[in-house]
Amino acid sequence: MAEEKEIKKTFKIQTKDLHLHYGDFHALKGINIAIKTNTVTALIGPSGCGKSTYLRVFNRMNDLITGVKIEGSVLVDDVDIYKDKIAIDNLRKNVGMVFQKPNPFPKSIYENVAYGLRVNGINDKNFIDERVERSLKQAALWDEVQDKLKKSAMALSGGQQQRLCIARTLAVEPTVILMDEPASALDPISTAKIEELIHELKQKYTIIIVTHNMQQAGRVSDRTAFFYLGELIEYGNTKEIFTHPKNPRTQNYITGRFG
Amino acid sequence: MTEEILDASGRAKRRAQRIAFFTFTFMSFFVIAILLVILSFIIIRGIPAISWEFLTEMPKDGMTKGGIFPAIIGTLCLVAGSMLFAFPVGVMSAIYINEYAKSSWVKRFIQMMTNNLAGIPSIVFGLFGMALFVNRFGFGDSILAGSLTLGLLALPVVIRTTEEALKSVDDSFRIASIALGASKWQTTSLVVLPIAFPNIITGLILSIGRVSGETAPILFTVAAYFLPKLPSGIFDQVMALPYHLYVISTSGTDLKASREMAYGTALVLIVIVLIVNLLANWLRKYFGNKVKLH
Repeated sequence: MAEEKEIKKTFKIQTKDLHLHYGDFHALKGINIAIKTNTVTALIGPSGCGKSTYLRVFNRMNDLITGVKIEGSVLVDDVDIYKDKIAIDNLRKNVGMVFQKPNPFPKSIYENVAYGLRVNGINDKNFIDERVERSLKQAALWDEVQDKLKKSAMALSGGQQQRLCIARTLAVEPTVILMDEPASALDPISTAKIEELIHELKQKYTIIIVTHNMQQAGRVSDRTAFFYLGELIEYGNTKEIFTHPKNPRTQNYITGRFG
Repeated sequence: MTEEILDASGRAKRRAQRIAFFTFTFMSFFVIAILLVILSFIIIRGIPAISWEFLTEMPKDGMTKGGIFPAIIGTLCLVAGSMLFAFPVGVMSAIYINEYAKSSWVKRFIQMMTNNLAGIPSIVFGLFGMALFVNRFGFGDSILAGSLTLGLLALPVVIRTTEEALKSVDDSFRIASIALGASKWQTTSLVVLPIAFPNIITGLILSIGRVSGETAPILFTVAAYFLPKLPSGIFDQVMALPYHLYVISTSGTDLKASREMAYGTALVLIVIVLIVNLLANWLRKYFGNKVKLH
């Protein structure tokens, strides 16, 4: 019994035969993936292949779009987040998200990080102070902003803004972090910092990252999933996918023959 | 040969450009000129009437002498009262339309109704206000009845500008908030409204301008012909600047004697609207700096 629980626990996230429709459009076609705790999984594939849609399944952000229909099961910590009775706000706290374009709120740096705590009912100032500092440190931003926490987040550079968004996500203590092309709007140095950060965060979090950048997928991820036209073509260890892809379409994509 | 054709077409293009540019420039200056003429006309005729006494005293001698103090206070009361009604109601409706209403059918229906409301002549609002607030609700001719009537008139402007202000808030802010586990209401009140607020103020400015100058809606609901005392509560009648202007220009006791006072009243009305606009503009800048998007 204990053993069985142990085995179950190794998978943080699982989807079984997941189908997603936008109205008449069949966006995801029977996706089966199991993701282990504290790993980085890269979702790659050409634009419109469904990888971002798939990412938004895990914190139910697709719910915001009218006409979305989902079949199959999505398990986070062995709980079916679509069928079992769950509080969506708790799910979104547990499964944080970082977006393509840095989108800090037009508030102070401090308030940006504190926001997630406040909306989840935490008002203890000392607690928030501590959590803000810790989150900014985790996001490798503390040294740059500790003297200007009350300044507007809009005054930060793009790369700093993105790290602030990561800190904002970390503040509510998720266990999973979804990243939707988090570095695509950033310069190479900022990108390197984000990638470094992903390495650090892997120790404590399960990360799923959508990226268009093959090298990035190779650098940051343990496992890679290649999507094409709504189907999961190949899923496996990043090293293997990049060196010995089993499917010719994967090979074509990662060698840049189409994309 | 082709060069000649190109040359000619280039000349024609530049000429068309010059004509268009000149016409547009002329028209915009023409509009400014009209505004300046009206303003200077009122200022030149009105200035002689302006004095400390004019601004702070009751009208005297059949409204040919004394001041317009009660009308100033009356108009300020009506502006404040109508905004107290129209602003929350309008802003909340706009929030519902833009943030909550899911079906586009409901949205379109409300928008259509709002536009219709904006198209109703103000005298009809006056009659409606009299029938509903003055008679049916029994408020009598009062600040309350007048404010509600003016508030109804201002409602479409407030709703529409608030809607635009909310629409201009980038969705990425809403999505970021929702993704942190915030509810829709938390997202709206803590993120969307603060960003939209400076532009919502614009709606307030526009509607204050409209409300303070209206005569027809207050005619049957609040405005007093001659009432040389200040109101003591919301069930009192008041004098109001636009109606006072109308009275001393058309049906006063001695129209000639009060001519100067009429221009003075017009000037005061314009200046009040101007001050309110400047104030609201400053508020908008102040809050705009606070949220600072870039």
